[in-house]
Amino acid sequence: MSEGTRLENANPVIFQRSGDRVQTASEEDEDVHDPIDDREIFDILSINDPEHPLSLEELNVVEQVRVKVNDAESTVGIEFTPTIPHCSMATLIGLSIKVKLLRSLPDRFKIDVCITPGTHASEEAVNKQLADKERVAAALENASLLEVVNQCLSTRSI
Amino acid sequence: MKEALSLIQRLSAHPDSRCWFVSWSPNGTLLASCGGDKTIRIWGKEGDSWICKNVLQDGHQRTVRKVAWSPCGNYLASASFDATTCIWKKKNDDFESLTVLEGHENEVKCVAWAPSGNLLATCSRDKSVWVWEVDEEDEYECVTVVNSHTQDVKHVVWHPTQELLASASYDNNICLYKEEDDDWECRATLQGHTSTVWSLCFDADGQRLASCSDDRTVKIWREYPAESGQDLSWKCVCTLSGYHGRAVYDVSWCRLTGALATASGDDAVRVFKEDETANPEEPVFSLAAQVARAHNQDVNCVSWNPKEAGFLASCSDNGEIAIWKFQEEE
Repeated sequence: MSEGTRLENANPVIFQRSGDRVQTASEEDEDVHDPIDDREIFDILSINDPEHPLSLEELNVVEQVRVKVNDAESTVGIEFTPTIPHCSMATLIGLSIKVKLLRSLPDRFKIDVCITPGTHASEEAVNKQLADKERVAAALENASLLEVVNQCLSTRSI
Repeated sequence: MKEALSLIQRLSAHPDSRCWFVSWSPNGTLLASCGGDKTIRIWGKEGDSWICKNVLQDGHQRTVRKVAWSPCGNYLASASFDATTCIWKKKNDDFESLTVLEGHENEVKCVAWAPSGNLLATCSRDKSVWVWEVDEEDEYECVTVVNSHTQDVKHVVWHPTQELLASASYDNNICLYKEEDDDWECRATLQGHTSTVWSLCFDADGQRLASCSDDRTVKIWREYPAESGQDLSWKCVCTLSGYHGRAVYDVSWCRLTGALATASGDDAVRVFKEDETANPEEPVFSLAAQVARAHNQDVNCVSWNPKEAGFLASCSDNGEIAIWKFQEEE
């Protein structure tokens, strides 16, 4: 977001990032089948906030407790929490999370991204858009929107 | 379960892309597919196997969402996210681009020919349904724009014998249209689904309509004689729920056998059969066959071959087409 543009939430609460993942002995053992777990998915979600020079984790938009992975069933469910109930960026944040997971996970996974219940004024409408794969596909063919999503997903030193 | 769906062939139709839709030519010899790679492919049988006969590219700038054959089989219409609809003319074994229909503000989601071949319907994310008239010189003219939905229109389909058009939408409703004084008007709105209605299919004689939805159900609607002073009267007579684990993206009613096939986001293809002894006011459908992992990703479309009973094509997000044979054993 360019300088001088008024931020919707100028002073968000900033949260501590969780520490690096500790590798266990069985994870390092190549012979042990290692299912994808919540923490791994959470680590994939190191996404930039569209408004602030902060990650979604630092704004508590994504939390590990709101990541539900079932490796055997090939499902991933993510709830994200907009910082304010009228955040106009909610759809973009949800789309960025969805795109990041689509690009990172094996094709077998069914990915559901939705707003943490009760935390956004347009929760139902945003959830419906994010669940509509035809709309998501069409949105990602829109070059300018794709560029904004890619910015959220780019690695940036914070 | 005595019936079974057996795989005839699997085709890598739109590699590294999605295959959104497949459509059989009216004589059942060709299958058209379209996808995220912006192309349309025509498949035909050579010996025992299905092969790609043509690739139609350069027609669209973005995803080709649906394709439809004209009733005579000589034309193909394609609907694209680039906001246009292309009409292709079949010449011997080749296809040439005849005309491009413009007018929708954004993504065209579906295109369908009326049984007469003189009318074409398109629908779009711009919430409108357009009806086009085709004359003998292959000229297309838009005769009506209808705005009866409040959201994205996902699908349009014509009645098999009458000039009656149905549309399905993101607004959870189905609209039915008829012509009135040269204008097409919405004459009935069917409410019942609790989320996006993805697709629609009439049965062979057009007395019933099947709809499928993001709410994971399939509904069967039946026409009732209009009461005095009322418009068209269609009521939901059956809901198939509990079978699909995710959204149902397509439903196809076999004109030859009456079997009902579904395509779902849970990767499965299912076939339902109707209990013929049931009261027509309360039809009963039961699961006759299913392939749980029909594809490795979402199944987007199912289509019964119009001439060969039990022959079914499906396609998926992984770019594949699968051809199945539904067998009913004694």
